[in-house]
Amino acid sequence: MIPARFDYDVAESAAHAIELLGAGGGDTKLLAGGHSLIPALKLRIARPAKLVDIGRLSDLAYVRDGGTHVAIGALSRHAAVASNPLLAEHCPIVSYTAGQIGDPQVRHRGTLGGTLSHGDPASDLPAVMLALGAELVVQGKGGERVIPATELFTGVFETALAPDEMLVEARVPKLAASTGWAYVKANRRAQDWATVGVAALVHRDDGAVAGASIGLVNMGGTPLRARATEDALAGGSSAAEAAALVTDGTQPPSDQAGSSEYRAHLAQVITRRALEQALGN
Amino acid sequence: MRQVALTVNGMRHELELEPRELLVYVLRDRLKLTGTNVGCDTSSCGACTVLVDGESVKSCTVLGVQADGAEITTIEGLAANGSLHPVQQAFHDHHALQCGYCTPGMVMAAVSLIEHGEATSEAAIREGLEGNLCRCTGYHNIVAAVQDAAGAMGRAR
Repeated sequence: MIPARFDYDVAESAAHAIELLGAGGGDTKLLAGGHSLIPALKLRIARPAKLVDIGRLSDLAYVRDGGTHVAIGALSRHAAVASNPLLAEHCPIVSYTAGQIGDPQVRHRGTLGGTLSHGDPASDLPAVMLALGAELVVQGKGGERVIPATELFTGVFETALAPDEMLVEARVPKLAASTGWAYVKANRRAQDWATVGVAALVHRDDGAVAGASIGLVNMGGTPLRARATEDALAGGSSAAEAAALVTDGTQPPSDQAGSSEYRAHLAQVITRRALEQALGN
Repeated sequence: MRQVALTVNGMRHELELEPRELLVYVLRDRLKLTGTNVGCDTSSCGACTVLVDGESVKSCTVLGVQADGAEITTIEGLAANGSLHPVQQAFHDHHALQCGYCTPGMVMAAVSLIEHGEATSEAAIREGLEGNLCRCTGYHNIVAAVQDAAGAMGRAR
């Protein structure tokens, strides 16, 4: 499969990329690792007039200690995030989940900024960012702004980014040692998109469950928070009782990987597993 | 069209590419390196795996222009001075193939895995080869070959 014709330019900096995006009038797309965009180009689902290659902006490939948070540059490849010691220490759900994306070849190319900007409800890391209450730093021609993860995802393949904005950094909070976490996904083959995925964080106070935040993958048009389950856990429910409420407010899609009803059932099963795992660590 | 310089198996090539040309077709059609196979063409099967700057990638999902300036290794670049690479030798010794279609990609994925120090156990090898499909279901011998090669390469260092 060969993509339709497009123009191509290499960005020399984030500012240059934004300038090129602005000049393209909405028909220009950023190309980072390309592991979502190139398949879409080949299937001709996406037919941008121009691609701006930001894959060489190595100054945006970093993981830094930001005090109360860890800052991850948008051009960080999944493989680099997965093996990063700072994240393993302070926010292991991010490094663990990055290591669950696709397969090694995909992780060598795919980037954090790419997966978050693409807005695919079946991607792993968006739901993790949502559960963490991460902040996304976005650069436009007027400067930077910060978008909370809860406001980033607006629809299937749609985000709050303006056509001439670029995601440059994700800020994930450092987790307390008492916070339990788990990311569990079900898929048909190891490398497939999640049929359903669950990112769970359980906060404890003096050993007792004080609250939880749960992000769901592929249970609607965007990654979703499982608020009913979170509230039940905070109110003292067991993992099984809370997991039974996980479909509240979701609209699971039907496709070849599973029907809507199957996903609803699966979500309850893997939410219970994720909560038990999070409560156990 | 765009001027691109690729170093493939140690040889520098200057090419004029259309931006939409995929790396796998640049290797196969322009450089006549047909050892790299196209399987699924959707970055699922791994048959097109090559090394770009030492890392395994699926060349059906990389544009040739993205690889400008990169060092690329294909299956043709592994053997040196008439001797098979340890991974190739181990595939030969263990009969780690049936039809052979997945083999070039499987070998390149294994080389990347071993060189990154990630082929540390049978389980790690199985996990590390999750991006490569063998439809003859020959995984047993493939995993044995990679384990053997990892040992041989470890001893060689």
